[in-house]
Amino acid sequence: MSTLKKVLETKKEGLLNIYCTAGYPELNDLPTIVNALHDAGVDMVEIGIPYSDPIADGETIQKSNAVALKNGITIDLIFEQLKECTPDIPKVVMTYFNPVFKYGLEHFCQQCQKVGVDGIIIPDLPIGLYQASYEEMFKNYGLSPIFLITPQTSKDRLQLIDDLSSAFIYAVSSSSTTGKATGGLSDGNTYLSGLKDLGLKHPILVGFNISTSDDLALVQKHAHGGIIGSEFIKYLSDKPSPEVAAQQFVKEITKG
Amino acid sequence: MKYDVNEQGFYGDFGGAFIPEMLYPNIQELKSSYRKILNDDAFKKELASLLKDYVGRPTPLYFAKRLSEHYGANIYLKREDLCHTGAHKINNTLGQVLLAQRLNKSRIIAETGAGQHGVATATACALMGLECIVYMGAKDIERQAPNVSRMKMLGAEVRSVHSGSKTLKDATNEAIRDWINNQEDTHYIIGSVVGPDPYPDLVTQLQAIISEEIKKQMDGLPTHVVACVGGGSNAIGAFYHFLEDETVKLIGVEAGGLGIKTDKSAATLALGSRGVLHASMSYLMQTSDGQVIEPHSISAGLDYPGIGPLHAHLHDCKRVLYSNVTDQEALEAANRLMQLEGIIPALESSHALAYLEKMTFNSTDKIVINLSGRGDKDMSTYINAAT
Ligand SMILES: Cc1ncc(COP(=O)(O)O)c(C=O)c1O
Repeated sequence: MSTLKKVLETKKEGLLNIYCTAGYPELNDLPTIVNALHDAGVDMVEIGIPYSDPIADGETIQKSNAVALKNGITIDLIFEQLKECTPDIPKVVMTYFNPVFKYGLEHFCQQCQKVGVDGIIIPDLPIGLYQASYEEMFKNYGLSPIFLITPQTSKDRLQLIDDLSSAFIYAVSSSSTTGKATGGLSDGNTYLSGLKDLGLKHPILVGFNISTSDDLALVQKHAHGGIIGSEFIKYLSDKPSPEVAAQQFVKEITKG
Repeated sequence: MKYDVNEQGFYGDFGGAFIPEMLYPNIQELKSSYRKILNDDAFKKELASLLKDYVGRPTPLYFAKRLSEHYGANIYLKREDLCHTGAHKINNTLGQVLLAQRLNKSRIIAETGAGQHGVATATACALMGLECIVYMGAKDIERQAPNVSRMKMLGAEVRSVHSGSKTLKDATNEAIRDWINNQEDTHYIIGSVVGPDPYPDLVTQLQAIISEEIKKQMDGLPTHVVACVGGGSNAIGAFYHFLEDETVKLIGVEAGGLGIKTDKSAATLALGSRGVLHASMSYLMQTSDGQVIEPHSISAGLDYPGIGPLHAHLHDCKRVLYSNVTDQEALEAANRLMQLEGIIPALESSHALAYLEKMTFNSTDKIVINLSGRGDKDMSTYINAAT
């Protein structure tokens, strides 16, 4: 069983997943950041593989992608860096279809397995294409596909996504690009409070626009956990030590 | 039609809708309704009437006598430059604005490179009383200043895009992001035959009127139809009704920039490989790591690292020949047309004209050049090149 599935099996609530962009802020910061997040008690990490044209991302993550590419990050280098990360924290990678397609999907999956990546998020991978061409491949390399759902995703589609999933489901807090936080999610959000009643087999982690410890507590109350991206990237941007920053950030966001 | 899109939204290996889940409802809505709306009698009547009385269609097919003498062949210019707003782009925007009304969308967004699509969108929105926001790369805002003023006068808001290469590709990303954030009330009018299914087909259907008219205006079939290709909308419009007339040679001309052996080019089919840009599978200019390469062309409307999926398919099955010309060759061709015919062409269209230099002719050849737009917007480039 993958490290990711183990964590999901043993911890049923209050999960915290933190996103970081590989190659940001400095080219080789990834292992330092991942290991610091692990030490700080984060349950899993989402590693962004930078892309020149990230259409689902808002300004903060766009910028981190651009900086990382300028720093010289490549997919092969990310796989090298992943070998230096602790095996004890579950890792999922997040990227777009084109870099993976160009790299070669099978080769990409192979490399993921080698370095202990357990899940892949490709927001622009069409579900139909996944089923037709990649489902078997992902299985063969022990990778869980992680799909997004939104407040607009229909019942039938939710069912399909649940059936195709093997780890967790990524619920976006509202239909938007990343980092659109407008000053806090509201407790009266009926989409969030209805998540557990959707009747899905897999745990749900809520991501996009979680910017405060209150936001995090709210999504951890209504779902199985939360995913924080832009807010962490922003936090990293002006700190001298990514290691200290990662630990400090987790402390603040969990009110620890 | 042999080259039409299939149920899954593909032309051979190319096309599809590589969109994040957030856009799924919008794309589904469009996909399930656009063909029905385009074929609806009331829609067709309203669009036809606007195209005739507002745009000035049919545009003339003009026999260019002196240019023909110069090359020793029969050269016809399809005068899309005479369309209201100065380019073929309005054929698409009027159709899509009528479509948006039928989908009850009150807010329109668009991307633009040369500003022609932005102006055409702003115009259609003014006509219908719809809110209009146009995304434009900061670099293009600089080099196409007259069109920026035009859009603003027409009531549109122009949003400057500073990411990436600050040109058309990045403006398109930003428009897609806007759509993700405003899906309920907003329709995205994409400006070429690119983007997720069903846009390539939607825009193709709206531009096909160009070849429909050429067919009626011409005595018999042409031997060649030549058009410039950015995303490929004027080209597909000029080719569409000839695709199954296999004797007609179809030629798409991409922007070679400083030349395809340099790193300053926008000739996607010469330099690209398969991949996904702006949500469809096609060819694109990219690094070995799948990062999109910033293109270069003197012409803002051709400065795009991708190409519509139908063109990728027509390239692979060899129905259309794709070539490219350099910035310099396009400038020279523009001057030739100015002096021989008294027409100032758009820099984009000058790429199609420049291809004449690369052809060998029979005196009986009948060559149609799609003159996709006029050169008012390019005056500063022409003036700088002359001094
Ligand atoms: C006059 C003119 N021709 C051609 C183009 C290129 O677009 P497409 O390849 O979609 O026709 C543009 C784009 O701005 C244009 O303004």
